[in-house]
Amino acid sequence: MSSIPISSKRALPRGRARSFYGRLRAGEELAYAIAATAGASILVITGLILFELYAQSDLSRAKFGWRFLITSVWDPVAGQFGALPFIYGTVVTSILALIIAIPLGLGAAIFLAEMAPARISNALTFLIELLAAVPSVVYGLLGIFILVPFLRDSVVPKIKPALGNLPIFNGPFYGVSVFSASVVLSIMIVPFIISVSREVLLAVARDQREASLALGASQWQTVWRVVLPNASTGIVGSIFLSLARALGETMAVTMVIGNTPQIKASLLAPGYTIAAVIANEFGETSGDLYRSALIQLGLVLFGVTFVINGVARILILTTSGKGAHS
Amino acid sequence: MRQSTLGKKVVNYTMFALTGACVIFAVGVLFFILGYLVYNGGKSLSISFFTQLPAPVGETGGGMANAILGSGKVLLLATAIGIPVGFLGGVYLSEYSQHTSAFVIRYVTDLLNGVPSIVIGIVVYGLVVARMGHYSTFAGGVALGIMMIPISVRSTDEFLHAVPQSLREASLALGAPKWKTIVRVVIPAAMRGIISGTMLDLARVAGETAPLLFTALGNQFWSSGWNAPTATLPVMIYNYATGPYDDWHRQAWAAGFVLLTLVLLINVTARLALSRGTYVPRG
Repeated sequence: MSSIPISSKRALPRGRARSFYGRLRAGEELAYAIAATAGASILVITGLILFELYAQSDLSRAKFGWRFLITSVWDPVAGQFGALPFIYGTVVTSILALIIAIPLGLGAAIFLAEMAPARISNALTFLIELLAAVPSVVYGLLGIFILVPFLRDSVVPKIKPALGNLPIFNGPFYGVSVFSASVVLSIMIVPFIISVSREVLLAVARDQREASLALGASQWQTVWRVVLPNASTGIVGSIFLSLARALGETMAVTMVIGNTPQIKASLLAPGYTIAAVIANEFGETSGDLYRSALIQLGLVLFGVTFVINGVARILILTTSGKGAHS
Repeated sequence: MRQSTLGKKVVNYTMFALTGACVIFAVGVLFFILGYLVYNGGKSLSISFFTQLPAPVGETGGGMANAILGSGKVLLLATAIGIPVGFLGGVYLSEYSQHTSAFVIRYVTDLLNGVPSIVIGIVVYGLVVARMGHYSTFAGGVALGIMMIPISVRSTDEFLHAVPQSLREASLALGAPKWKTIVRVVIPAAMRGIISGTMLDLARVAGETAPLLFTALGNQFWSSGWNAPTATLPVMIYNYATGPYDDWHRQAWAAGFVLLTLVLLINVTARLALSRGTYVPRG
């Protein structure tokens, strides 16, 4: 620390002390103003995003109102827009992705935070963080060329004879589908569940664990009966956080879901999500109403993820006492 | 609920194995992704990928030199917009903010961080592209810049927070004003962390595709200046992977390989730098 220069200017002549002090005050105020402006700009930017989405979706909101959310006709030529197929696709893919990702992510988080020796845990956590850094378009690339053919040729033909009668596995399978999108999404959100849950688990007080172990409980019993109950709120928070991420995920889903606005019970049928339809159609919109409808979809997506993230952050805060960094 | 010692051990080892399997699966996915990209991308990669423009539709060969340069330009602009705001915001949170304002700004920063990237894309379309009347490199930079702000705020905030209070007190006790303490003592002490955080931030937005679709758009040729649409690597991957030609798919793999290598390299460098301690004496 010795090399940090702490400025100690030579003493100033007495007569100029006051003006020097004045200039210091000015510098102090200026520094504060700059930093506070930057801090406030975060609020301004967030407000601006909301305002833009609200103002720009004016036409569509005026014409369709809340009906927009519950009608399912999407016909740009006739000027009829209903968001239901997209909302349905977004919700189904995200929920299914969570169903696959939660057990995996939680199991891995428990292993890293509680079961593994520290050195192994650190190395593995490093790798998990790298997995979280893989860009979504790369997931999409692997989804299109590796996962979709794999599901089509190897997985689905095997589960079809056994489960083909269930409505969710009904109908032909071409590869691109709600199911494929959910699998890609689940792989994408696992690292987030792992890293946030792991931090929440690590935030549980050490003496709780020690008390349990001292009473003769095994490591797993300690995890199951002491650590997890203590961390449960934060873990729910981490799941909400991943849900918000899954709802808003665009590229990877767009590349494997088949982009067909329909509501089918079968997971093997193609579908569409809010983010995907914006990505596909926003650039080619003809007419203001069409664009406005897509922006209204964006507003819906923004609103939903904003609320879910908001709840998630509060849940995590109440557990760990500080904001978890994801 | 009592369990025999043996039963307890069996359950313990079973759960150890099961949870361990979850980690191995997740890490396996990483190596699986790396393996496929190295195999397929390496196969398709050539010098011309880095030096030539995309070939006209129907012809084979060509490269993505314009997309590499375009990505660089967009990221440079994004850094110039996002990092100053994010850095100063982080300084405000750590050094100046009161309890309530700190909570509100941290909370909103986290929410801004969670806004889906496609939403940022359409907002910047409305704010920049629609007003300027055309797609541009600049609009792409603004979109990614906005995405960089919340991450930069949070990482700066955290690394400044980690600087011991005694350093600040020592500086103040020597008569340095607060702003000088922050600029010459606190920030230098957290510099390594802040730089690493910035690199991670950059790596995250480098792979973003959705915000660029309606801002930087894309371009088959060199982009002229900051005002014209530009090709970027992630958008090229998307367009080429979803396109109908085998040669495009080959190029998409090569581009994916280059992008992933870049992103992971930045990540590894920044994380290794971080793990070696947060404090650097200023030279």
